[in-house]
Amino acid sequence: MSAQTSAAPASVNRAGKPRLATVWLGGCSGCHMSFLDLDERLLALAERVELGASPLTDFKDFPPADITLVEGAVANEDNLEVLLRVRARSKVLVAFGDCAVTGNVTAMRNLFAVEDVLDCVYRQSATVVAGLPLGGDGVVPRLLPRVRPLHELVRVDHFLQGCPPAADRIFDLVVALLEGRTPELTRRFG
Amino acid sequence: MSVKTLTIDGKMVTGVAGTSVFGAAWEAGIQIPRLCHIGGLSELGACRLCLVEIDERPRLQPACMTEVEEGMVVRTDSARLHAHRKLIVELLFAEGNHVCAVCVSNGHCELQDLATSLGIDHVRVSYQHPRRQVDASHPRFALDLNRCVFCRRCMRVCDEVEGAHTWDVAGRGASLRLIADLGQSWGSAESCTSCGKCVQVCPTGALFAKGSSVGEMTKNRAFLQYIVTARAQHQWIRK
Ligand code: SF4
Ligand code: SF4
Ligand code: SF4
Ligand code: FES
Repeated sequence: MSAQTSAAPASVNRAGKPRLATVWLGGCSGCHMSFLDLDERLLALAERVELGASPLTDFKDFPPADITLVEGAVANEDNLEVLLRVRARSKVLVAFGDCAVTGNVTAMRNLFAVEDVLDCVYRQSATVVAGLPLGGDGVVPRLLPRVRPLHELVRVDHFLQGCPPAADRIFDLVVALLEGRTPELTRRFG
Repeated sequence: MSVKTLTIDGKMVTGVAGTSVFGAAWEAGIQIPRLCHIGGLSELGACRLCLVEIDERPRLQPACMTEVEEGMVVRTDSARLHAHRKLIVELLFAEGNHVCAVCVSNGHCELQDLATSLGIDHVRVSYQHPRRQVDASHPRFALDLNRCVFCRRCMRVCDEVEGAHTWDVAGRGASLRLIADLGQSWGSAESCTSCGKCVQVCPTGALFAKGSSVGEMTKNRAFLQYIVTARAQHQWIRK
């Protein structure tokens, strides 16, 4: 069971605002698109938080954050490494969207062996075959044998369902966390 | 026709001998979660979601398979039952391949609704990701076993209402699967009349009409009650 961490996050930066980070692992970025759908509410949010690591910022390493939304499942070695670091440096970690919560579409490859998946994509359906990206070369991260949802690997504080979660729900969650309330989350599972 | 008096969740309830605790509770407005039960078909007791506590009985009992008895004291709502129901639904998600985001029944699914009503926000057991088949050989319908929870409503409606008995199950445990006729593709099963009843009673996106896209497959449950009433009472009324 997840720990229902709902204490108001303490500020960690000079501006005295809590730091909000978002991370993109094995997902389609749809959850981040939905986040951008907050539209003008992004400005309201910007008043209350400092943006930490996100696909929009350029931190080389993950700076500590009060609230981190993690999109996507854990599909490769790189995802796993990032997730462990993010967990260690985040006060509240949210599984952001169905891939993070259940594995979802990303995990559909679990029905097959990794070699078969790579072979199908890079050899059988390719017009130019340049070899299989097996990883381990420092360029392409190696795929894990199975795609896994976040909570199978680290402690997750809150689960935000949806593929993607609606902007309203993302906003409600972040505001609830900022105000130290436990967010109402389950509207639909899966 | 003897009538039994019992207590369900502190409420005095009566039921004709032979009716189930589930039925008596339903009549009294107490809704017990269920998946394999569907009014109008025989009971199977397969899903165990309707488990209730009955005084004097050490084990939890499936309400749909337990007959009312005089003086019975039943509880349908307790922390223990809630915990069991939650785990059962989580196991169902882990056992099959439920990718709701790309499912024809997304938003109209009894399994999803159960998860939501039980407050499930993640699955605590490991997903099994079994290799299961999709049968799209029927001209009008398709079967996706990745989404099947083996409630066997389809099997019972086809047998008991349509009288065709196209569906059956083969295998055991994790290799249990639904088969058409003697294990051939649905499209080549001669017994099927293409009536579509199985599609309508299926609680999930496992049976669906071809051409349905994500979230488009809504099931019409009322038709079953209509047919059953019509047969039993010769009343052809649609509610
Ligand atoms: S059958 Fe229901 S629970 Fe399964 S994938 Fe479809 S919508 Fe989700
Ligand atoms: S379409 Fe009708 S006859 Fe065919 S399998 Fe379904 S219920 Fe049976
Ligand atoms: S196909 Fe549908 S109705 Fe038949 S057993 Fe599976 S879930 Fe139940
Ligand atoms: S509804 Fe009673 S066991 Fe399924």
